[in-house]
Amino acid sequence: MQILGSTNINFIKWRWHAIALSAAIIVVGFAQMANQGGPKLSVDFSGGTSMVLRFDQPVSEDAVRSALTSVVGEKTVQRFGKESENQILVRLPQSITVEEGTTLDDAAEQVDLLVRKANIGAFTREKTEIVGPVVGQDLQRKGIYATLTALAGIMLYIGFRFRFTFAAGAIVATLHDVLVTLVFLNWFGYELSLNIVAALLTMTGYSVNDTIVVFDRVRENARTMRKDGLETQVNTSVNQTLSRTIITAGTTFLAVLGLYLYGGEVLEGFAFTLLVGIISGTYSTIFIAAAIAILLTKKTAAPATTGANRARAKA
Amino acid sequence: MYKNLRWKAIAVVAVAVLAAVSFYPPEDKIKLGLDLQGGVHLVLRVNTQDALELETETSSEQLSVALKDAGVIVGSIRPTSDTTFQVDGVPPDRDQQFRQLAQDQVGLSFDRETGVGGAYTYRMKPNIDVDRRREAVTQAMQTIERRVNEYGVSEPIVAEYGNAGNQIVVQLPGVTDVPRAKELISSTAVLELKLVESGPAPDEATLLAPFAGKAPEGQEVVQGTAVAGQAGASFYLVGRVPVITGNDLRNAKSTIDMIGQPAVGFSLKSEGVTKFSRVTSANVGRYLAIILDNRVVSAPVIEGPITQADAQITGTFTQQEVADLSLVLRSGALPASLTYQQEESVGPTLGDASVRAGVQASVAGLVLVTLFMLVYYKLAGINAVLSIVLNLMILMGFMAYLGAVMTLPGIAGFILTIGMGVDSNVLIFERIREEIANGKGARQAVAAGFDRVFITILDTHVASLIAAGFLFQFGTGPIRGFATTLFFGLISNVFTAVFVSRTLFEFSLSRRPGTARLSI
Repeated sequence: MQILGSTNINFIKWRWHAIALSAAIIVVGFAQMANQGGPKLSVDFSGGTSMVLRFDQPVSEDAVRSALTSVVGEKTVQRFGKESENQILVRLPQSITVEEGTTLDDAAEQVDLLVRKANIGAFTREKTEIVGPVVGQDLQRKGIYATLTALAGIMLYIGFRFRFTFAAGAIVATLHDVLVTLVFLNWFGYELSLNIVAALLTMTGYSVNDTIVVFDRVRENARTMRKDGLETQVNTSVNQTLSRTIITAGTTFLAVLGLYLYGGEVLEGFAFTLLVGIISGTYSTIFIAAAIAILLTKKTAAPATTGANRARAKA
Repeated sequence: MYKNLRWKAIAVVAVAVLAAVSFYPPEDKIKLGLDLQGGVHLVLRVNTQDALELETETSSEQLSVALKDAGVIVGSIRPTSDTTFQVDGVPPDRDQQFRQLAQDQVGLSFDRETGVGGAYTYRMKPNIDVDRRREAVTQAMQTIERRVNEYGVSEPIVAEYGNAGNQIVVQLPGVTDVPRAKELISSTAVLELKLVESGPAPDEATLLAPFAGKAPEGQEVVQGTAVAGQAGASFYLVGRVPVITGNDLRNAKSTIDMIGQPAVGFSLKSEGVTKFSRVTSANVGRYLAIILDNRVVSAPVIEGPITQADAQITGTFTQQEVADLSLVLRSGALPASLTYQQEESVGPTLGDASVRAGVQASVAGLVLVTLFMLVYYKLAGINAVLSIVLNLMILMGFMAYLGAVMTLPGIAGFILTIGMGVDSNVLIFERIREEIANGKGARQAVAAGFDRVFITILDTHVASLIAAGFLFQFGTGPIRGFATTLFFGLISNVFTAVFVSRTLFEFSLSRRPGTARLSI
């Protein structure tokens, strides 16, 4: 069986459309994010209290919300997990008046007390997460640091294995995936948490995977297709690896879809990030990575017009 | 024909068996993280400046007492910050004597800065500052560890956290009463000094034999900690009312006694001194049990009345024992307060649900992938599925062998490993198809496919390993679990996708004529 035979689609022709589309998504998405005061952060990063209460009897979100009217600050009360599990998620921001430390769990205790007083049913605390401001900032810093160093490490490796302009192409494509995924996370109301950052980093590895497969093929074709221009070499390589790219993305998508549907609410955001990342990664591999690599290669090799054709493999 | 095929096949089977043996039975061999089995995760900060403050205070008092004893009258001695204290009004004619006394008393830990008009500032030496802070963190960790062990938590984790050097992470699997656990960790340890009425004896019955098997009125039996060189446990009969408790203690540290033997020096608060001198005067020659968290740590003899704030516990101690003992005494007095910075608790119900969801998702992923590979690549799909399953087995084996903790993101790592295995196999199969389309025979196509793709697989895996490495570096708890699975999944995938899958191909081709066609 075969989904795609040997194709000869001119992907390079579409590169400007693709770059324009991606740029539009990223610019609009980030403008929105800036407008709402930055991306939504989970308690991991923002600090604060997040609790899941499991009631013995069904209970409405409104009942819990009205029990907590006296709690100051912007609070979230929403259903958590399946309807039948009677679980309610309560989130409270970092209280400004909280003296750091001794009163870390005051907010949680207050919620506990108020919901008990409201007499809306017996409950247990299924999950509590309280993050103080110091740890929150620390995790935020580490998250950014990890993403940037991972990208730099990958770039160095590709630069070492391929031409530097190719490394730049791969990094632009990967950065593109990270940004696009952030925009989609924001659109679908997911908060940035440690788990999401982990998913973003995994996706980074994946996206680079795809790109390397194509570049590898370019390196190989460069030896046999000396007469053709770089654009033809790249386009042929993208076509030759296309069925592999689609099948791999498809199967990984299927596996992660299982995670998204059955993995439970804790992993839902994680799986969502990967789903978006896989689609974006495939798209950027086909349309963005090679386009940037060609663009940069031509720029750097502008004086010697034939230079671009000599795809010297360092490996 | 293929060379060494037999040995390759044996190697593959051996790895499979080794992996299976390492993780079987999985419910015993694979450790579950807090998010899967429920429990509480706490990050605390040790307020190490408390320890410095204590050191400064104690030292300035020590100097004050020494000056009084020597008849050197100064204007005032007072701590001015956590790490400095100031001496004012040193008479010019006694300056030399003052300097000498101060050098003897606090010279080891403090640097002198000379001011005007007989004023001196003593500043804690940088290395002492660092040492005291470190000690404070170590002590707090040991105290916490003793307490969680007392609490009966199985496999608790008490470890340093972060790079700041003053944070501790405490993980208590299975604990649901979070407020109680937190109280237990951050409350002061119970230290008691009690007079020994009888003992030590090797067991309770022997100890109580003279008393008709029952502790006399106002007395109780306390177990001793096991001592090196002495077999078994020891039991003491002690007075029920403590002479001194941890509340009376100010500090304790390693020192040497009059004959140069290692000893524990401790100092008491003023109320403690009064009580202690009264009791020790009346009980010279008897034993005093030092009891921590209801265990006798040691029971030294009272050699004479102890009437000052500073006293020594002497005996035949080694340097090590003295360090440990004073450390226990100090941590009993809690060298620094603790501040909770992060708290995460997961109930066992949510943990169970997560395990079920994770396993369900993994199985669903594997089934979907298997179906696809078999439909799309026909018989060659079997090779892919076998190599993916072996990959998962090796991964489980690694996890069990390293004692790595399985977390919810770790399960996600398993699913991604499946995806990665598929990727490598697809890459190879597509290449083999291409080679066949170019007119190569089955054997040449397989050989060319694997050879060409090997470099690609290496490049993609190294890039992903770099990402996994940084993830591990920055990650905490659950994320680390994910990075671990991803890392070892990648490594074993190189082996299964390249070596195992190829061996399977060669094995099936070796039994058929050279002109055989490939089902791919």
